[in-house]
Amino acid sequence: MSNEDDKDALLYELMRKNAPKIMNNVPWAKALGFELTGIERGRAFAKVAWREDLVGDPDSGVIHGGVLTALLDNLCGVAANTALREPKSMATLDLRIDYMRPAEKGRDILAEAECYHLTRNVAFTHAWAYHETREKVIATAAGAFALNDISKWASGNEAVEYARKMMGESSS
Amino acid sequence: MNRAEELEAFLDRTPFAQYLGLRCEIMGDEMTTVLPFQDKFIGNAAIKALHGGCTGAFLELTAMAQVFLQSELSRPPKPINITIDYLRSAKGEDLYARAIVHKLGRRMASVRAEAWQAEREKPVAALQAHFLVAENG
Repeated sequence: MSNEDDKDALLYELMRKNAPKIMNNVPWAKALGFELTGIERGRAFAKVAWREDLVGDPDSGVIHGGVLTALLDNLCGVAANTALREPKSMATLDLRIDYMRPAEKGRDILAEAECYHLTRNVAFTHAWAYHETREKVIATAAGAFALNDISKWASGNEAVEYARKMMGESSS
Repeated sequence: MNRAEELEAFLDRTPFAQYLGLRCEIMGDEMTTVLPFQDKFIGNAAIKALHGGCTGAFLELTAMAQVFLQSELSRPPKPINITIDYLRSAKGEDLYARAIVHKLGRRMASVRAEAWQAEREKPVAALQAHFLVAENG
């Protein structure tokens, strides 16, 4: 294995190992109760439980669309991170959400995101929110993320150190 | 109750609007929404920036409230789709927003909303949304 592959694998392994902690380090994701349930290369899976205080329509008990926006935005970002070959800082450029059907009262919302293309400057992602399976889709998302090279101010070990910090791992 | 009072009454009993702590200042059919900063809104603790999903939720509520204010609806309009452009990093400070209803049809409404912080001329995010406004939708 070359040095490049080593570094590449190290980053992804770092994310896998810290997967349960990733969302907890994001205050808004933690506040809304997002749970990262799994990651693969270029993909991420999450769950959010129905909660009374997240309801957007008091008459129907449907969760507010803004909760799905936050969930899919966050999950697309995680999926893009798993696809990176080197640590980069990331900012959402734009996000489109299509609402297919309301989330049902009292039921968990599951979600998955996929980073389907990556360039030097941009990560392109898709995401789905659903009950149980993707057949019962609640919303879909398309998000583009601007990637910023951090090698100018963090190189080699520093970049990996930055990635560790991002994932809430104390340096060993 | 006039339309503004109906909107405020609706927001008062909407759990997610309360959870966000959303406030709105209504002058006739014009409205500015305010999202007083709370620590839980942070997305990136390292740079103390607001979560994009928080700004997005705030813009969506603002757009929804503006449609409600200008229509005769008895229930909140249902979002069909939204697109959010993130223009600048939003700091850990209060957010403000305004929405313009470009078209209010019998079934659909098309709305644009912008959120800003220190300077109105430097929006941190913009939203374009379509809502279903048919009562039987």
